[in-house]
Amino acid sequence: METLTWAEIIPRILWQFLPVWIALVGVFAVSILFKRRLGLYGKLFDSGIGMIGFALVMFWVFTGIFGAMDLIVTHDALAQASGMKNKVPGTPLRGAEEGEYAYYLLGGDNLARDVFSRTIKGAWIVVQIAPLATLFAFMVGITLGLPAGYYGGKLDTLLTFVANLVLAFPVILLFYLLVTPEIVATGIPSYMAAVLFVFPLIFAGVLLNSRYHTRPTLRTPLLIGVLFVMGWLYLSLVSDAGTPLQVLPGWLDLFDVPGGILVVFVAVVFVNSPTVFRIVRGLTLDIKTRDYVAAAQTRGEGPWYIMLWEILPNARGPLIVDFCLRIGYTTILLGTLGFFGLGMPPESPDWGSTINEGRKLLTVYLHPALPPAFALLSLVLGLNLLADGLREESLRD
Amino acid sequence: MGLFILRRLGVMLLTTLCLTFVVFWLTNLQPNLEKLAKTQGNMRMTDEQVTSWLETRGYARPALVKYGEWLGVVPGWRYDAPDGSVQARCLTEGASIETAPRYCGILQGEWGYSTVFREDVSKIIGIRLGLTAKLMFWVMVLMVPSALILGVLAGMREGSRTDRTLSTISITTTATPEYVSGVILIAVFASSAVGLKWFKGTATSAMEDANFGNFFLPVLTIALYGMGYIARMTRASMAEVMTAQYIRTARLKGVSFRDIVMKHALRNALIAPFTVIMLQFPWLLNGVVIVETLFNYKGFGWTLVQAAGNNDIELLLGVSVVSVIVVLVTQLISDIGYVYLNPRISVS
Repeated sequence: METLTWAEIIPRILWQFLPVWIALVGVFAVSILFKRRLGLYGKLFDSGIGMIGFALVMFWVFTGIFGAMDLIVTHDALAQASGMKNKVPGTPLRGAEEGEYAYYLLGGDNLARDVFSRTIKGAWIVVQIAPLATLFAFMVGITLGLPAGYYGGKLDTLLTFVANLVLAFPVILLFYLLVTPEIVATGIPSYMAAVLFVFPLIFAGVLLNSRYHTRPTLRTPLLIGVLFVMGWLYLSLVSDAGTPLQVLPGWLDLFDVPGGILVVFVAVVFVNSPTVFRIVRGLTLDIKTRDYVAAAQTRGEGPWYIMLWEILPNARGPLIVDFCLRIGYTTILLGTLGFFGLGMPPESPDWGSTINEGRKLLTVYLHPALPPAFALLSLVLGLNLLADGLREESLRD
Repeated sequence: MGLFILRRLGVMLLTTLCLTFVVFWLTNLQPNLEKLAKTQGNMRMTDEQVTSWLETRGYARPALVKYGEWLGVVPGWRYDAPDGSVQARCLTEGASIETAPRYCGILQGEWGYSTVFREDVSKIIGIRLGLTAKLMFWVMVLMVPSALILGVLAGMREGSRTDRTLSTISITTTATPEYVSGVILIAVFASSAVGLKWFKGTATSAMEDANFGNFFLPVLTIALYGMGYIARMTRASMAEVMTAQYIRTARLKGVSFRDIVMKHALRNALIAPFTVIMLQFPWLLNGVVIVETLFNYKGFGWTLVQAAGNNDIELLLGVSVVSVIVVLVTQLISDIGYVYLNPRISVS
């Protein structure tokens, strides 16, 4: 068989993405049809930039999800095929068997693995970790930033000092200090995970309690139910066989996070939280002088009710925009970790590691490094455009 | 003002102390020390050999004491071997134990000894910082003017076609981390596969003799990432200034658009970007580490990676002190500069 030309490769790649196109068209059709009833999300479809950004982001989200379901990938991302080392895009697979995809669409890498499939699988890693890590960082930042801004005083001084301390650290030095096998062996990341991941629990508990504490018949079962489910998830997440923190017996442990991922997750949350803290604190300082806060205080509402049900909803605009931007930044951080070979297992298909492997032969072979580089670029660009569109639309009214 | 700076310097000192202690503690954890012993001594050392290696070199003591020694507030360690020879922290080669000073730490101007490069930390940091300063200087020369021009051009007519195009460009550059733009730039301009080969893909030769061919790509890679952000800030600030009352007055007086931008708007629009430019330094530090690794330019960032990868405790501490001070000093300068540029704000 002959090597494919680019005119043949591109249609084949587009065809591989077919499930993604269908899903994208579906989402856009439904959203545009009902955009007047969908609030801020619907308004996004009034701005061109916002729509482009949303399309880019959803493209990678769907690619990640379908890639994980083995719909788009053409080969196993970790399998090596003989004779495919550093082969150019469109090279036919030597001795392809029945039912196997006959080409390496974007060529083979230094270890004769399919670059196309690896890029797709890499999307799943980012789509899983980046939004979740950002969400955790927001939980930590909000839970600490609200009281710091609202109460002020010594608490504020202390928390701001700690936040500035973390921010003064060069990020890469922090990663090198936290994400090495030696540090992982001491269990420090596990303890940090135990501390950082407890914040969503505190957040949910305080949120519900401050709202419903006047109605104990509703509050008590609600709190018990929510905290039980979240607590179980928390313990399953934190307790891992083989780390010093094994609190749950195996049969109660719902899931285990694969080695390395938890450490990467903790590192990324830790780096992002102080910035979120500063933003939330600044917004709180601004909003607490408003009249509706004074009205709530006069009504005799508790401080946590005011923080979580008066201030936080009114700070949502800037926070949503920053959330999008921060997912992009988290994606960049994940790539940085991969680029320095930290945390992820060496054969992992995540974009940073793939770029790092590809750059070593970059002057001779371009194809292993460029697809993940453009993938990362387009995802982060999409998130930035989405944030821009959201900002514009939320400022409009 | 004086009191303000004094208080900031106090906070700075406290921050540096906390951070260096964290670095010290993390690098002095038992698994890290064992790794250090094995890389410095012998990969196949037994556990007893590791223990004795650590003991004879003063590692096997409480972290707080060792930290005090490094600071120079606790007398340096001394180890009397059974055969009568003496090893001590402050013992330099050729000197005897009687003449060696009791204290040798940062306060005495001793930054310690790098186990990877086998040289004094102060010397290594001096050389490497010089190289990085050269890189940063050219980054600033390229980044600041082009970012300001981009931002002012985009912001002077908000919503126009120029604005849209330039804003998209700046969003794209902020969305491109250095390891992506560096890889793309090398692929396009330096690889034999594309064949342009205008520039070199490594900057190792730029350490002695920097020229356009071997130095432009690393400079451009760092500058691109920071440029978009500064340009966006400048644009926002310029757009805000252009809606101000005094600009409308100038326009009604019949001042030409060029003069409005140059004489009335520009100065006020540049206050906000000034702070942003100063606050970019910590970010640039990150970019420097990535770019120096990517282009194999053996400056400060490259040293950081080497020190961290090999658990070179004293070099890593030196590196963190320098980078923390860079971050905090630029924050201080940005605050003070902001006050000077904007008379409406006072520090007290």
